[in-house]
Amino acid sequence: MALLTIQELSLGYESHAIVEGLNFAVNEGDYLCIVGENGSGKTTLMKTLLHLQEPVSGRIVIGEGLKKNEIGYLPQQTLVQRDFPASVSEIVLSGCQARSGLRPFYSAQEKQLAQENMQRMGISSLARRCYRELSGGQQQRVLLARALCATRRILLLDEPVAGLDPWVTAEMYQLITELNQEGVTIIMISHDIEAAVRYASHILHISSASVFFGTRAEYLESEVGKLFLMQQKGSEM
Amino acid sequence: MIEKMILYLQYPFVRYALIVGVLIALCSSLLGVTLVLKRFSFIGDGLSHVAFGAISIAAVLNLTNEMLLVLPVTIISAVLLLRTGQNAKIRGDAAIAMISVGAMAFGYLLMNIFSTSSNLSGDICSTLFGSTSILTLTTKEVWLCTVLSLAVVIIFILFYNKIFAVTFDETFAKAVGTKADHYNLLIALIIAIIIVLAMNLVGSLLISALIIFPALSAMRLFHSFRSVTLFSALLSVVCAFSGIVISILAGTPVGSTIVAVDVAAFAICYAAERIRGSRA
Ligand SMILES: Nc1ncnc2c1ncn2[C@@H]1O[C@H](COP(=O)(O)OP(=O)(O)OP(=O)(O)O)[C@@H](O)[C@H]1O
Ligand SMILES: [Mg+2]
Repeated sequence: MALLTIQELSLGYESHAIVEGLNFAVNEGDYLCIVGENGSGKTTLMKTLLHLQEPVSGRIVIGEGLKKNEIGYLPQQTLVQRDFPASVSEIVLSGCQARSGLRPFYSAQEKQLAQENMQRMGISSLARRCYRELSGGQQQRVLLARALCATRRILLLDEPVAGLDPWVTAEMYQLITELNQEGVTIIMISHDIEAAVRYASHILHISSASVFFGTRAEYLESEVGKLFLMQQKGSEM
Repeated sequence: MIEKMILYLQYPFVRYALIVGVLIALCSSLLGVTLVLKRFSFIGDGLSHVAFGAISIAAVLNLTNEMLLVLPVTIISAVLLLRTGQNAKIRGDAAIAMISVGAMAFGYLLMNIFSTSSNLSGDICSTLFGSTSILTLTTKEVWLCTVLSLAVVIIFILFYNKIFAVTFDETFAKAVGTKADHYNLLIALIIAIIIVLAMNLVGSLLISALIIFPALSAMRLFHSFRSVTLFSALLSVVCAFSGIVISILAGTPVGSTIVAVDVAAFAICYAAERIRGSRA
């Protein structure tokens, strides 16, 4: 059985559906890329998958003993206020929240885990720095390290490379691909269709007209896929 | 001066005032950071007005222990205010303005119509700006304050990590399965207790100052949640202590003296930040 099975899912706000009739499944180890225009409902889908909001109709079936708190999340923008005093290590450690349950303090293991994940993301040297003073790329790494503290099973990433320069973007994709190779299931929203078809194993394309779900190869063969790729290339030139 | 202080310290009421004052200052500073960052600073204001209304009702009903009415009413209002802050039908600040001004007017009206006291404006003034009542505490009140303050401190320490997670990024906390709503409720509950406690010390108009100034001062100088929390607690205690001492020695009103010291501390921290910034 799949990690996540989505059946006839409709999503939206206050019973007004934005996307209807979604059907797809995510298996352990998949790398799913969600693409689509601005406002097509990608973030809404992710929030629904995370149970941050109710689906309008349909079901999300969680399989293979995946617990609700085994999902890591990298939000599209974190509305952290300009003057929030928080050090990098405090933020990364807060990702262990879900594991610690009702226990009031973090265990030595959890602190160790936070250390490891900071190392993994190459931000150990920033541990005592204030989050708000970091660059956009550094902040994304901090949030990714936090998400990794929450889980090693499945990560939901909402535009993890938005606002990053091409070099940092490439590094970020590299990190995500490595995580995927280590067995972490990835669901990522991206506007970067080129990267999507390069790295992902599956593509979900959402638009108001139609929804496509399939493997990368199927997407490259499909009408929507060809059209979207061409448009993107066109707009870049 | 020091002799005078030592002389005063012989009186139990002075010692009580210092103990209670310091404890209340400690509690109120703890959640300051969270309130400021969640943009809930105004909640302190709103709640204290509600508490004022409740006190008026208690006075009219001639309740001997007004806490029994004031505490539950304030807690319920805190919960309601946080709720409305979340679903944006009525904007949070508008809701608070409505409730607080309403409670205030209602309370004053009640007191005016039903009051049996000969010194009505004196009574009201002391409810608003804090009274000398901190200098006339009974042992029972001291105990109640001590127990409630300790409870607040212990709850805060136990839930420190959750409060951080929920304050920093509520969406993420919810996404990974933290019961953010429960913790928001807990925060509301603690605020309500702190407000009711602090009414004794500085009166309902000055409570926000007691909650917010230490946090704002600490945020000038420190950049991690833990150091900001620790420093604001320390600062708040020092300010309250010196405020009470000054007010006893100089005969000034307790509440406003404490707040004045808090403001002065903020000015110093602000200046220190500037100096450090220009050097760097
Ligand atoms: N809180 C909300 N209440 C009502 N409608 C909303 C809300 N948030 C988003 N929407 C609407 O839902 C639609 C989908 O929004 P969503 O954020 O899911 O788009 P998206 O695909 O993530 O876009 P982008 O690529 O810009 O991030 C949009 O039309 C938006 O206006
Ligand atoms: Mg989005």
